[in-house]
Amino acid sequence: MNKKRGISRAKWGYIFILPFFLTYFIFSLIPLLDTIRYSFYEYYRSGLKIIGPNFVGFDNYASVMGTDFFTYLGNTFVLWIIGFIPQIAIALLLAAWFTDARLKIHGEQFFKVVIYLPNLIMASAFAMLFFTIFSTSGPANSILMNLGITSAPIDFMGTPTGTRILVGTMNFLMWFGNTTIMLMAAIMGISPDIFEAASIDGCTPTQTFFNITLPLIRPILSYTLITSLIGGLQMFDVPQILTNGQGNPNRTSYTLIMWLNNLLRAPDYGRAGALSVYLFIVSGILCFFVYKMMNDEDAYQKKSKKKGKR
Amino acid sequence: MKKKVFCILMAMTMTTSALTGCGSKASTASATGSNTAATEANGDSAASADLSSYVSSGDEGKVINIYCWNDEFRTRVEAVYDKVDHTSEDGTITYLTDGTEIHWTVNPNQDGVYQKKLDEALMNQANAATDDKIDMFLSETDYVVKYTDAETDIAIPLTALGIDPATDLADQYDFTKTVASDASGVQRGSTWQACPCLFAYRRDIAKDAFGTDDPDEIHAKVADWATMKASGEELKAKGYFTLASYADTFRAYGNSIANPWVESGSSEINVDPQIMNWINDSKEWLDAGLLDKNVKGQWTDDWNKSQGSASKVFGFLLPAWGIDFVLKPNWDGADGEWAVTDGPQAFNWGGSFVHGCSGTDNPEHVKDIILAVTANKDNLLKITKDYLDFTNTKSGMAEIAKDDSFGAEFLGGENPFKYFQPAAESITMTTLSPYDQGCVELIQSSFSDYFQGQVDFDTAKANFERAIKERYPEITAVNWPE
Amino acid sequence: MKPKNNHSIARSFLAHFLLILLAFMCLFFFYILIVNSSRSHAELQKGFSALPSGSFAKNFSAVANDGTFPMLNGIVNSIIVSGLCAAICTYFSALTAYGLYVYDFKLKKIAFTMIMAILVMPTQVTALGFLRLITNMGMYDSLLPLILPSVASPAVFYFMYSYLKSNLPISLVEAARIDGSGEFKTFNRIVIPIMKPAIAVQAIFTFVGAWNNYFVPALIIQSKNKMTVPILVATLRGADYMSFDMGKVYMMITVAIVPIIVVYLFLSKFIIAGVTLGGVKE
Repeated sequence: MNKKRGISRAKWGYIFILPFFLTYFIFSLIPLLDTIRYSFYEYYRSGLKIIGPNFVGFDNYASVMGTDFFTYLGNTFVLWIIGFIPQIAIALLLAAWFTDARLKIHGEQFFKVVIYLPNLIMASAFAMLFFTIFSTSGPANSILMNLGITSAPIDFMGTPTGTRILVGTMNFLMWFGNTTIMLMAAIMGISPDIFEAASIDGCTPTQTFFNITLPLIRPILSYTLITSLIGGLQMFDVPQILTNGQGNPNRTSYTLIMWLNNLLRAPDYGRAGALSVYLFIVSGILCFFVYKMMNDEDAYQKKSKKKGKR
Repeated sequence: MKKKVFCILMAMTMTTSALTGCGSKASTASATGSNTAATEANGDSAASADLSSYVSSGDEGKVINIYCWNDEFRTRVEAVYDKVDHTSEDGTITYLTDGTEIHWTVNPNQDGVYQKKLDEALMNQANAATDDKIDMFLSETDYVVKYTDAETDIAIPLTALGIDPATDLADQYDFTKTVASDASGVQRGSTWQACPCLFAYRRDIAKDAFGTDDPDEIHAKVADWATMKASGEELKAKGYFTLASYADTFRAYGNSIANPWVESGSSEINVDPQIMNWINDSKEWLDAGLLDKNVKGQWTDDWNKSQGSASKVFGFLLPAWGIDFVLKPNWDGADGEWAVTDGPQAFNWGGSFVHGCSGTDNPEHVKDIILAVTANKDNLLKITKDYLDFTNTKSGMAEIAKDDSFGAEFLGGENPFKYFQPAAESITMTTLSPYDQGCVELIQSSFSDYFQGQVDFDTAKANFERAIKERYPEITAVNWPE
Repeated sequence: MKPKNNHSIARSFLAHFLLILLAFMCLFFFYILIVNSSRSHAELQKGFSALPSGSFAKNFSAVANDGTFPMLNGIVNSIIVSGLCAAICTYFSALTAYGLYVYDFKLKKIAFTMIMAILVMPTQVTALGFLRLITNMGMYDSLLPLILPSVASPAVFYFMYSYLKSNLPISLVEAARIDGSGEFKTFNRIVIPIMKPAIAVQAIFTFVGAWNNYFVPALIIQSKNKMTVPILVATLRGADYMSFDMGKVYMMITVAIVPIIVVYLFLSKFIIAGVTLGGVKE
């Protein structure tokens, strides 16, 4: 039956996806190929003079890989994970609470609205506020000192750990509301019958959550994981502004995109191109794993759905 | 339409030929040293630099486009250019009495935004409609070399505009002329200010620590770095910091380097021994508690606050614009609580250069404006009186320095020019390179970690090398002294 | 029965405690922002204060009358760009997701894999080529290149696709066909309403994303009157002389986020209602 439908209406499938791919080819693929092409050239600007393009083979790749690619990749990953773990944990918890009919939360509407607010501020403006609040003469320190918790101001941004935690906290605050909403939408997409049945069977909220909700929202969960991973790899504004573009102290908060940004600013099109290609490969590898995981989950979900139907 | 395009093409090809002509002469002229070069250049530029190669159309255009990074230049033009009628309320257009309009394109200096936007516009200069072409632009000492470069030929030689540096700009400080000249000594820009730095200090702290706030006596306390350090211990005993941060002394060391960061034609950075002195001294001072550990650089919130009344910082090394433009807005106490005196070392910090831009259609106005704002002594004195700028007129500044009736309220009636003027006389600046801005920024940020005890000396060096190679792909090596 | 009750009281207490803490953290920044935008530079210099001061109007007029940073203009541009982006992006993503979910065709697998591959590509990777392309197409310094590419948003597509998978029974589409509904009509009349919750959620996300996008507009936009809010804020923040009027800078940020908060508060009702609707349905 499936096949029959497919043959007769295949052309509609193509028509429906045409705008997407047309746009994609023009605005993403051509630029991507262009970027790849220049990664093989020596091509940069010195003052107002343009040097190149001269074909240099894999020189740019060697030069990018030869320095600190893995250090910066590590930095990026650490910064991401510091924000992501609390983000997904809190978001799951909140989404479960908000959708739990048995848990009455006063001012639920208010909280739902408020948790998304930080995502509305530009990352750059948010970073600037953070910078002010946690500067040595800022409000965070004056509050701590007034409370007598510390006698001398704490130099939050003076140590690698402090800076990294600040960046992570900011990412967490900015994104946990977004994730909560996404997960709520997923949970509410689950048929209420299932929850009712579970409730009648005497499932505790915890059991319901782990045995019913979690498996059923896996597609959205892996979606969150993928988008957050990509977002993490693209991390730029927050550490850029918090550390003035240098990722100090000792470049421990220097991310890959900050590096790319510095190369683009030089501008060194050749090495920026090579770095872009590496980034592309890294994100490809990461997502391959997540995608694999997700496919397995799909199979799992289908099974459980069948069970539910039975 | 077609004709216009043809004209532009002609102009472009002529520019190129003029440029090659200039280039060959360049090498011979540069050998003779930069101070005399400025005068020498007039002789040969009369032959080679021809205005027609720099302008895009025969008739004077109706719109003058000026690129700059704040409203400083606009206010100076409004103050002294006699053709100014009025400026629109939002500050984007200034109307001249002859019907011409000045369109101000303002982009902030920070993060290289100004240069990025300017560069984009310059690359598009040949294709832009005549009224959209840049006619003038400004540059700062840190990157003026990039635009006065003879090979790219962006900034029009002053002689081509009909300005003779030897006579028209005779009263300017020589070092400002040197800075605005290309490698062969052809002057391609002009400035209305010179920026000698003084030591500005808090009178109340001076009285508390030293029992006096008299400028001459305080000068004795900060006469050189060693003396200043010794006095710093006295200040420390009373709970004060001598200076805010290590960044505050950087220009003193960094602008008195003996050799440029990068020799022309080379792709290697040479770190000057002076820079190493700065690094060693800064570490010493910070560890000794003479600097505020919480202030990690200039232009930050903490730095601004260190100039407020609640701060424990004794003083700052600032040029005239720094006092009017930085210290004054940051100071929240009454006027008259600050004073100035000579610091441990005379040095120059900053300066905005005005250039005519190749491809302009308003050469007459460009010439008028440059002359009015940077070469007319009366105008310059007016700027000094209105804005406290240390202006680029040797005789004028000498007069003001002697004028006892001139006093700045902010400094408690003290005449700062009494100290600025001799400081300016002793400044020499000959060692610019196109890489200065990156070197200056990155060496400070890389070594900040070292001062704060986050990394060791060698890691800081390595971090600087990394950062500078990212900024300038053509740099192949960094040579450290010793 | 009793211990269970105790348990749920503890749970409720914990939930309220955590929510209040999070809400405090979220609102704290807005509070600081508003307090700071009501203070003059000199007051800001003195350090942090928890109470607002009287310079709100002064700072506001300083922002409103600044021709170098045409804020009002920027807000209008941002609304145009973000609004169109949100509309175009959600519609075409839903369309593409529907096309790939409902129909079977030869290239289906390849198309899906390709979109997933694009999904992983950081925007910045193609920035270089994108700028060159836009310049060659004559769209440099215009708002179009900020809007058009949003037709192809793999992340939104993937969300829509996941949503369709769990919420649209193929039988519904087939039923519509039997009723003689055309393919486009089916999509617009039947599928779109089903997807409302997903569209609402993604519309606000896209809107916010476009509103706060800095990277691409900073590359493309050159003239002042076409600048969007983030570029204006960034340029203002970066202007050296502005660091001497921090009150104005804070006011600028306040002005920049007010419209989006209004849009959000207005839409949030629909979103939450929409999300609930999605649950009740079926």
